[in-house]
Amino acid sequence: MSAPAKPDLVTVNIDGRDLAVPKGTNVIEAARQLGIEIPHYCYHPKLSVVGNCRMCLVEMGLPAVDPATRQPLLNPATGRPRVNWMPRPQIGCATNAMPGLHIRTNTPLVRECREGVTEFLLLNHPLDCPICDQAGECRLQEFSTSYGRGYSRFVEQKNVKPKQTRLGPRVMLDDERCILCSRCVRFCQEVVHDDVLGFTDRGSYSTLTCYPGRQLENNYSLNTVDICPVGALTSTDFRFKMRVWFLKATPGIDPESSVGANTEVWSREGVIYRITPRRNDEVNDTWMADSGRTLYQQVHAADRLAGYTIDGQATAPDMALKAAADLLGSGRAAVVGSGGNSVEEQFLAKKISAALSAPAMLVSRVGQGDGLLVSADRNPNVRGALVTGLISALPAPQLAALGADIDTGKVKIILTLGEDLTAAGLTSAQLAKVAIVYLGTHRNATSAAARVVIPTLTVFEKNGMFINQQFRLQKFARAVPGPHGVADDLVTLSRLLAALGGGTIVPDLHSLWAVLAVEVKPLAGISYASLSATGRVLDASPWAGLPFVEGESLHFKPAAQPAAATA
Amino acid sequence: MAVIPVQRQPLSLAERTYVPQILAGLRVTLRHFFAPNVTLSYPEQRPAIPPGYRGVPTLVKDPLGREKCVSCQLCEFVCPPKAIRITPGAIPAGTPAAHVEKAPQAFDIDMLRCIYCGLCEEVCPEEAIFLQNQFSMSGYSRDEMVNHKDRLYELGGTLPDSHFKWDKKKEAAAHGNAH
Repeated sequence: MSAPAKPDLVTVNIDGRDLAVPKGTNVIEAARQLGIEIPHYCYHPKLSVVGNCRMCLVEMGLPAVDPATRQPLLNPATGRPRVNWMPRPQIGCATNAMPGLHIRTNTPLVRECREGVTEFLLLNHPLDCPICDQAGECRLQEFSTSYGRGYSRFVEQKNVKPKQTRLGPRVMLDDERCILCSRCVRFCQEVVHDDVLGFTDRGSYSTLTCYPGRQLENNYSLNTVDICPVGALTSTDFRFKMRVWFLKATPGIDPESSVGANTEVWSREGVIYRITPRRNDEVNDTWMADSGRTLYQQVHAADRLAGYTIDGQATAPDMALKAAADLLGSGRAAVVGSGGNSVEEQFLAKKISAALSAPAMLVSRVGQGDGLLVSADRNPNVRGALVTGLISALPAPQLAALGADIDTGKVKIILTLGEDLTAAGLTSAQLAKVAIVYLGTHRNATSAAARVVIPTLTVFEKNGMFINQQFRLQKFARAVPGPHGVADDLVTLSRLLAALGGGTIVPDLHSLWAVLAVEVKPLAGISYASLSATGRVLDASPWAGLPFVEGESLHFKPAAQPAAATA
Repeated sequence: MAVIPVQRQPLSLAERTYVPQILAGLRVTLRHFFAPNVTLSYPEQRPAIPPGYRGVPTLVKDPLGREKCVSCQLCEFVCPPKAIRITPGAIPAGTPAAHVEKAPQAFDIDMLRCIYCGLCEEVCPEEAIFLQNQFSMSGYSRDEMVNHKDRLYELGGTLPDSHFKWDKKKEAAAHGNAH
């Protein structure tokens, strides 16, 4: 065999090509490495193998061995080991790589098997594609085209099953479309440990059902919709909203907590329709929480800030920036950054606070971590503020110190970058004592009290990076354009910085990262363009002693003891 | 460059009088004078439209009055000039067509963009959109040239249906199709 096998690798032969894979890799994954697709429905790389769809049937063989000498027999014509092919096909998902394993994925037998499996799956499958939300990303549709016979021999009547079963608040089941692959059942058992789904009845009566009295209502229920290979499970939020082939997928990061689940933001013509997980084996596998999927609704929320105002009067961006700079420049300012801002924005915020010689702080948001993909720290990027040097200690949930400074008159002006100060514990009496420059996306008590309001963009409307709980730097891209007339946040901040005499920074990600790579030590050698889609783990040792609030979650073990406030 | 001198033929006597040419011309004129008309007094008279003609795209209902479009948006996808714009929606429970689940909330065809290619009709899996005989569209503004859903159904009317796919499905569901 030609490929040199490393100690823990075994060499398998798929369709005549040798491949070294770790022992135990299943045949579907091994073939994927060679660019060979073995069609499958029930197999999922992050779930256990059940092998019930039978779509991944392949021919399998092992080298013939001389029973007496235990030496492989060679084929005298080719000089290669002779292979004993099994007379019946095997399923690829449950076949693990072993030394000398031979696989054939494209023989008449295999093709006939796939055709047969497809025909059986399609027997009772309704002709629903025009009204099915899965159409366009449906495995059954794809494999029927690739491996089906193209016409139906079935003349009997199709089964009738319930078509609109509500499994939970966010998931609908169409029983006729279900091919009983059990991915959703296994997901609930193995990943969420909320064993609520199961099959009842036998044969063609088999039905996916919730346990009596229970609902599929855990915060990960929509992952079942993602992994459903057909259109049986659909999301009530996305149901009948848009066909998937119109949607453009943009890589994003879930901003709901410091887990930083990788997402795909699906939009069409500037409107976001859904958010789905993007596979990152180091962070979120192929999952994300339901709570992160509805965050796109903030983009077109009724209370979205869309205009620049000074004392409540609409004004031009230049005037608002000048007014903000004049206010801030008059002294005794404080900067309230946000753990929801990107690394780049926090860097510019740090520059602004340095130019003003003003103290900078963050507001922490702590919730209950669920041990999976929502962590206790509900700010996506507190570590970004640490890395860029905006803050040096962990933020508190209340701005008590700032409140005291306001009361004593030490702080007269506050620049808040997206944080609602009343929510962070300042009273309206305290807000009345100071002049506020509010940069934010939505209206709130602080924007109402602010002297100058500068609208900013949501995470879906800008490019940037977050640093998650693993100190993994991950980038997100702009999915939709911001509201008309609202400048990019980097432009706003860099113009503010320039107006305050803090130097000129070109508000473009590539130039900004050139500066970041020089000025921020942990980010040396990194650029926006070169960062891979799965991110890069930074050296966390300078912050190892800090009592981060996160508990254990998927692919994350806290280094220090989590603070007492969290479970 | 070679120069070829062309010898102009002198006109004959008959040609010089022009009389035969005038008579020949009058003969053609007179023949058409008494021949049947080939033009129509449009718009009072309308031409007969041949079968398969691709006129203005319209939405049709089945003979039972159900709107056939299920807003699968394939026409929107295939439309080369992007003249079609659909907002899909769910059919509310309790209505007669609730088992179809999906119907367009809005269906707009911009006739200033439409090129009458007929791909929408060809791609429609529900046989809901047809290019019928209407061929002239006019309006005083761009907005008037966009056919909305109600106008599309008004233009399309009802066409015979050979499948009644959804009615069969409803019937099967009613009988339970015990298997």
